[in-house]
Amino acid sequence: MAELSFREAIAAGIAQEMERDPLVYFIGEDVGAAGGVFKATVGLFERFGPERVRDTPISEQAIIGAAMGAAMTGLRPVAEIMFSDFLATCWDMVANQVAKTRYMTDGQVSLPLVIRTANGGGTRFGAQHSQSLENWAMAVPGLKVVAPSTPADAKGLLAAAIRDPDPVLVFEQKSLYGIKGEVPDGEHVDQLGTAAVRRTGQDCTIVALAAMVPKALAAAQQLESLGIDASVIDVRSLVPLDTRTILGDVRRTGWLFTVEENPRLCGWGAEIASIVADECFDDLDGPIVRITTPHIPLPAADVLEDMAMPSVDRIVETVKGGMR
Amino acid sequence: MSEASAPTAVTTERLGHWYREMLRIRLFEDKVQELFLRNLVQGTTHLCQGQEAVSVGVSAALTPDDYVTMTYRGHGQALARGMDMEGIFAELMGKQTGVSRGLGGSMHLTDKDLNLIGCFAIVGAGLPVAVGAGMSAKLRGDGRVSVTFFGDGATNIGTFHEALNMASVWQAPVIFVIENNLYGEYTPMRKTTPIDDLAERARPFRMPGVVVDGNDVERVYAAAREAVDRARRGGGPSLLECKTYRHRGHSRTDPGKYRPDDEVKAWLARDPLLITGARLRSAGALTEDQDAGLRSELQAQVDASAERAEQADVATLADAKASTYAS
Repeated sequence: MAELSFREAIAAGIAQEMERDPLVYFIGEDVGAAGGVFKATVGLFERFGPERVRDTPISEQAIIGAAMGAAMTGLRPVAEIMFSDFLATCWDMVANQVAKTRYMTDGQVSLPLVIRTANGGGTRFGAQHSQSLENWAMAVPGLKVVAPSTPADAKGLLAAAIRDPDPVLVFEQKSLYGIKGEVPDGEHVDQLGTAAVRRTGQDCTIVALAAMVPKALAAAQQLESLGIDASVIDVRSLVPLDTRTILGDVRRTGWLFTVEENPRLCGWGAEIASIVADECFDDLDGPIVRITTPHIPLPAADVLEDMAMPSVDRIVETVKGGMR
Repeated sequence: MSEASAPTAVTTERLGHWYREMLRIRLFEDKVQELFLRNLVQGTTHLCQGQEAVSVGVSAALTPDDYVTMTYRGHGQALARGMDMEGIFAELMGKQTGVSRGLGGSMHLTDKDLNLIGCFAIVGAGLPVAVGAGMSAKLRGDGRVSVTFFGDGATNIGTFHEALNMASVWQAPVIFVIENNLYGEYTPMRKTTPIDDLAERARPFRMPGVVVDGNDVERVYAAAREAVDRARRGGGPSLLECKTYRHRGHSRTDPGKYRPDDEVKAWLARDPLLITGARLRSAGALTEDQDAGLRSELQAQVDASAERAEQADVATLADAKASTYAS
């Protein structure tokens, strides 16, 4: 095991796959010589050269379109959209073209491509560079969606995404880029569609994603001192969704709390709440509670952004209050 | 920008083949219209009567290995590329035997085996995809080129500019083919676009831009051939503007009444079938009897294909479900 930062793990995941498969190539804005604006792709350009690590114009539609055309013709492209907010500028390519091609062509054309993007708040960038947009992707049939919370998962899920025969969006929560963690040595490939139980508790289940996972874990620790023993499940993959792990834990504890960075309406937690209500209503001891950012554009000022996003304190208070 | 040079001589036999192909497309589209009126084709269709020379001329300049993307007005290109006619009829009628078993429909005709990799119903979407396919060929060094067909309207959407720019800086082997039929949906081009020749838009991207008579299949072929050869040699992308006219409206509900009668009349007189037919007749390669014989032969083919498609089982969703994801 080596200790890597989240951003180093991203680069390591891409490098591992480019080394293994000459058909994997990587395009995006400033991803090559500059190593990425978040420095998540440092060293790839030097190692694999300008043909396979290609800087693009600021043309998000062309980036996704070019990745799609390459995937249609036998390559396995990884495309970076610098901020997930910029997905709005190329949403036709993502939602209408990439997502639908396999189905519309009755499986004639598969698209083994990965779209990586820096997602989420906590960096005081304001409303157009801080959104948590994994729900957008989750709502479109034909896309797979993952959002890792640890360096090991960043590498392993990215590698799995690159090997997957379908389009996968990898949402990298940008405040996580600096965190460090153990990453298995040698080849590391994870599995899409699997959640991870980060903490097993007896009293309630807290389900979280990406940057909300460390917050949920910190909250669980505080709750323990208040006499509440919480499970924390890291969803990791929204599509496919590991409902078995989530339902199994909720059946045991009888309480479900979701912690979502996204604005409230139609967040992924609502989908999980719906599934849990359908599948194990009788096992619940109380209402399902969603902890989310309010339905507002994310404010820029640090104090305001911190108030808007779910915090450790808010998780603790909500769980405590909900279970009373 | 330049005008396309005079076509290099092609054999009468080849010209005859192109005439046959154009006629086949014409009769197919007329049949689709008929099936539509009989309610056997539902939804919408965008017919290409009048524009056949673009599909046939450009396709003739390609090899089977080259990549093609097209648009919702793509029946002509699909046929010219060799897509199975019955499969297209069946796709339009929502049958299990459709090329995509009814999942795609009229606007999404795709045949991977023919390297018809994508058919795009959103204006402009195919252009960057063609750049990606071209770059894929370039990375592998296999000499393939990538051709993308699109309409005049697409030159006013962002993807056109993004794709031409990217293709140029990367020297991608891509041929951008504008089928300029002078109307973006119901609105004449002069009301939406400040230039007459869209090929002018090649210049800022430092690629050749050529205007060609899109109703003259020989000229289309010659211009396409030049662009294809250049791309294959590593000379980068080109923009080819084929000026043409659709005989019908934009889509099935549109009778096209916004077009002046004299304009329509003038273009009907320049029907690609008339132009090529006259050339064949003056070369002694097409008598009236032969023409009539060819028409009835192709009509019988079209009718039989449509009939078989009509008899096929309707598509079912159960078959389709497996195709959302490959895994």
